[in-house]
Amino acid sequence: MIEIGFFYLFAGMAVFAALGVILSANTMYSAMWLILCFFNASGLFFLLDAEFLGIVLILIYVGAVMVLFMFVVMMLEVNQAQKREGWLNYLPVGGMIALILFVELVAASTSGIFSTGEMAMASHLGAEVNNTVEIGKILYTEYLLGFEIAAIILLVALVGAIVLTLRERKDAKYQDISKQVKVRKEDRLRKVSM
Amino acid sequence: MNLLDMALQVIIWAVEIVAVVLPLALAVAYTTYAERRIIGWMQVRQGCNRVGPWGLFQPLADGLKMFMKETIIPARSNKFLFVAAPVLSLMPAFLAYAVVPFGETSLFGHELHVMAIADLNVGILYVMAISSLAIYGILMAGWASNSKYALIGAIRATSQMISYEIAMGFSIVCVLILAGSLSLTDIVHAQAGGILHWYFIPLFPMFIVYFISGAAETNRSPFDLPEGEAELVAGFFVEYSGMWFAVFALAEYAAMILIALMTSILFMGGWNPPFEFLSFIPGTVWLLMKTSFFIFVFIWFRATFPRYRYDQLMRLGWKVFLPLAMGWVAVIGIFTYTPVLSDFIGFWQPWR
Repeated sequence: MIEIGFFYLFAGMAVFAALGVILSANTMYSAMWLILCFFNASGLFFLLDAEFLGIVLILIYVGAVMVLFMFVVMMLEVNQAQKREGWLNYLPVGGMIALILFVELVAASTSGIFSTGEMAMASHLGAEVNNTVEIGKILYTEYLLGFEIAAIILLVALVGAIVLTLRERKDAKYQDISKQVKVRKEDRLRKVSM
Repeated sequence: MNLLDMALQVIIWAVEIVAVVLPLALAVAYTTYAERRIIGWMQVRQGCNRVGPWGLFQPLADGLKMFMKETIIPARSNKFLFVAAPVLSLMPAFLAYAVVPFGETSLFGHELHVMAIADLNVGILYVMAISSLAIYGILMAGWASNSKYALIGAIRATSQMISYEIAMGFSIVCVLILAGSLSLTDIVHAQAGGILHWYFIPLFPMFIVYFISGAAETNRSPFDLPEGEAELVAGFFVEYSGMWFAVFALAEYAAMILIALMTSILFMGGWNPPFEFLSFIPGTVWLLMKTSFFIFVFIWFRATFPRYRYDQLMRLGWKVFLPLAMGWVAVIGIFTYTPVLSDFIGFWQPWR
């Protein structure tokens, strides 16, 4: 009973916040709405006993990804009036994407795989079942290969991003910290007898 | 569960929350007092000693003064976010205390009851997730003030917090490998049995990394570049005055106390006494003693070290702490699964 109430609260707030993301004129507000949306999505994970996923959603998306979003938004001087301009031009493409997504979602949800009710109505396991432990076990045994491949892809992306943005400047001055630490008094000071 | 039970549960929760938040607010107020007195002592001067005996009422006087001051909202600022930013920074600082276990008590029945508002089994992740939200208050403050100093301060704070969070996360991973659990209570239980079982012994470099990253994470000196008054006036809260300014200070001190608490829980055995014969002193007292010590060390840092330069700060985070922490994770992992070495490290791993 309470659970259903919370489900509607989180789900409703998530949809509301998602609307806020696309409807607010100020980009900063959009980012804030998106954060609220993530929080509600993580609330849904908590209702499904997936506390690990819920926390990780906040930790990664709110704690790291959104901060970088904000960073970019803060740096850009987005003209609010200009943003609305020419939205009619984008309507066909955007509408197409929305339509395709809508059809896909309806098709998936009416296909019978997700509508058996077993998933949503699954009873809660006991407190001794720790899904963090279970995720760890399954990730590092059964899905080890996939996990490692994902890690390597991320690493390559990381290195690629650095390679793309790294500009070596010949005129920049660098400091060698170990050299600085190793400096002794004798290297810098010279006693002069007067 | 009928309505009466629910009402009772709500009352219990409310009492628990008040029992944590009130002492916390007091602790924050008196940490500022301690800071001024200790730094005064270290710099061979008096510190605040006028209001009340030994200046003990100084925090109250400060609070009253802040409260009476006018709150100025800059005309060109974003008013809503400007007002919301201090609240956004205070909220996560206090929210994180929800999972901190302050000890165990047998007051409520025969079983030992953990003194935490919520004894989550992913407690450590929760603390990390919530404390990373503190960035938003700072970011909002910097952006909404519509001032270049505030913006630069906010950007510095953000990049600093993101950089040091990673090293912090890896040092926590080492603790998790040893304790075999994400629950703060289990981590403390894993360190039971005297000072030799505490994790600062096998994880000494990580203990240092965690504590120093904690100082950087909470913008404490010598990593207080976001508020570097020499070049940024006061950093991200340059436009704030009166009570809203005090809220930022409150959040900073609450975060600092949290780092001190977490360091004691993760590395210094939490509420376990160092020697068995000292166990007549309640566990909570031990935890708070360790916490106070770490708060003292934070203040000591402030009185001792000059502020880091920005590139030095980034170098320390990315080129020193991160490789060190990742290397130590590998060392602990190899020790755990190599036949002979695992006997050695098994001493600290009760899950074996």
